[in-house]
Amino acid sequence: MNLAQFVRPVAIATALAVSTLAAQAIDITGAGATFPFPVYSKWADAYKKETGNGLNYQSIGSGAGIKQIQAKTVTFGATDAPLTVADLDKAGLVQWPMVMGAIVMVVNLEGVKSGELVLDGKTVADIYLGKIKTWDDAAIKKLNAKVNLPSAAITVVRRADGSGTTFNFTDYLAKTSPEWAKAPGSGAAVEWPVGVGAKGNEGVAGNVAQTKNSIGYVEYAYAKQNKLTYTALINKAGKTVQPTVATFQAAASNADWEKTPGYRVILTDQPGDASWPITAATFILMYKQPTDKALAAEALKFFAWSFEKGGKMAEDLDFIPMPAPVVKLIKTTWEKNIVTK
Amino acid sequence: MTDMAVEAAQVAQSDTPMDRARALSAFKFGDVSFYWITRLSAMCVLLILGGIIISLIVGAWPAIQEFGFSFLFTQRWAPSAQPSPVLGALGPIYGTLLTSVIAMAIAVPVGLGIAIFLTELCPMSLRRPIAMAIELLAGIPSIIYGMWGFFVLGPFLANTIEPAIIALFAPIPVLNSIFAGPASNLSLFNASLVLAIMVLPFITAISRDVFATVPPVLKESAYGMGCTTWEVARNVMIPYTRVGLIGGVMLALGRALGETMAVAFIIGNSFKITPSIFAPGTTISAAIASEFAEADGVHQSGLILLGLLLFVLTFIVLTCARLMLMRIERRQGA
Repeated sequence: MNLAQFVRPVAIATALAVSTLAAQAIDITGAGATFPFPVYSKWADAYKKETGNGLNYQSIGSGAGIKQIQAKTVTFGATDAPLTVADLDKAGLVQWPMVMGAIVMVVNLEGVKSGELVLDGKTVADIYLGKIKTWDDAAIKKLNAKVNLPSAAITVVRRADGSGTTFNFTDYLAKTSPEWAKAPGSGAAVEWPVGVGAKGNEGVAGNVAQTKNSIGYVEYAYAKQNKLTYTALINKAGKTVQPTVATFQAAASNADWEKTPGYRVILTDQPGDASWPITAATFILMYKQPTDKALAAEALKFFAWSFEKGGKMAEDLDFIPMPAPVVKLIKTTWEKNIVTK
Repeated sequence: MTDMAVEAAQVAQSDTPMDRARALSAFKFGDVSFYWITRLSAMCVLLILGGIIISLIVGAWPAIQEFGFSFLFTQRWAPSAQPSPVLGALGPIYGTLLTSVIAMAIAVPVGLGIAIFLTELCPMSLRRPIAMAIELLAGIPSIIYGMWGFFVLGPFLANTIEPAIIALFAPIPVLNSIFAGPASNLSLFNASLVLAIMVLPFITAISRDVFATVPPVLKESAYGMGCTTWEVARNVMIPYTRVGLIGGVMLALGRALGETMAVAFIIGNSFKITPSIFAPGTTISAAIASEFAEADGVHQSGLILLGLLLFVLTFIVLTCARLMLMRIERRQGA
């Protein structure tokens, strides 16, 4: 009797609270790439302020993101390593690019400022192959006559988890170094000949910041936020370029989204004098037949909003928004393929 | 004499007439159900243990079929190799054993030293604070050790102590490959040191407790014969408490073998085996923690097989400890 008297109001209150919450705020869940996490979280913040709906994005790495969407524990997956059309069809997934960004080499060298050190694909590949062991190696000296390089051993930092950043980075190395293409090759997780493994872009950034004489590769926003020293790179045209929105955009302008099935465009080692050599798009994966259609519709609303209003925010973080014609194309892809009703 | 059974029953239900048989059967029911409840609880442990072993074997089966015994002796770990993945556990096994051995080599003497100091030499006023500090050390979550190792200890070792050691041993043939550079924030040695600090409280706390069980009369007679404190510790306390000490050490070793988060933070996650203890490596549990999220197929099965190996490894260590204790006890008896 006493218990029932107590329980009933509590139950009613809880039910009310739950139902009002459900009516007001929807949490879209997604998981995957750490590369676009800075821009996704910024969008999510602004979106929450405007609509009250939140995005719960777990930045756990592209490999894990693909696994999560396949397990249907999230509404969308995010990956920097695009799936092949065959894989997409087999799993019943739709893929589209969300935003573009760039990967930069970061170093921790005393007295060396951002943009001072110049590297090219072959040199980076040799460092990651363990063939170049010290900073004063002839190959690095040749590219950097003016920089005072220590004779210290290079500590190579790379990813320990499956990663789309690694996919694009190793793709670049494979394109510029025949030896790299033969041995570790390109992929989301490769057999690293040397180096310490760190988890996520933030892990690599943290490790390079902590370790003297180290080198690593991270998405540009991570280098900027952690105030790491980035390097210039020599691109396919043989020009030395600095990582800026202009050079990222120059590389991105080469992409032919319309003619590529599944939007599977890889932007590394692009032609053009101003092109930044390790530029990459990051992708979203969703089911054609989502289990929770209402939630999928909400997710698409968020993506549409991001395309429409997120461009400026992305640029603030040195990401490159998708051009308007591509966004139109993506929207027709949604309409044609994703069942939300 | 009053009938206790009936009396107790009467207290409970005073309005019903006395019924001795019923009261007794209620007691019997209580006894039997208590027996079964405790027995089932005990069986639960066996069921859970068996269930874990079976599910590990089932999960690891594809990898066992694929690699067989070569899994134990292969160093290469290439889950994305073409045409089919190549997985070998040698690197993680080596890292697990090496870090645990170094950790124990540091923690056992220091831990025993602290315990002897606390029980024999320490002024009373210091005893409580030091003991409390050690207990607090045991209570720190392992992720905090990992962060501390990553942000504080790792850079400190890599920038000061390790370069000195590398320079010191550089001209000596074998040692210069064991202590080879470059000094790294993330290495087997750093992980071992953090492990040593993590297991230290276990060894200290248990040794202190067992040292307290040494009969004062034994120690006093030794002191009376003119023994130094070192001689008393060496010849009276440690032999008397041997079983307890080994138990404590084994408990610590068990923790060192299985420790995951702190190690995953600072070991560097490299499957390559190098002779240098300043090189990055990996342990079984660190490998599982950093790769499980994105693994599938044979890769996932290989990680489960690694888990099974850790299980077996820990089991072997515990069995060895038991056997050692039995042998010591037998020698004692003879």
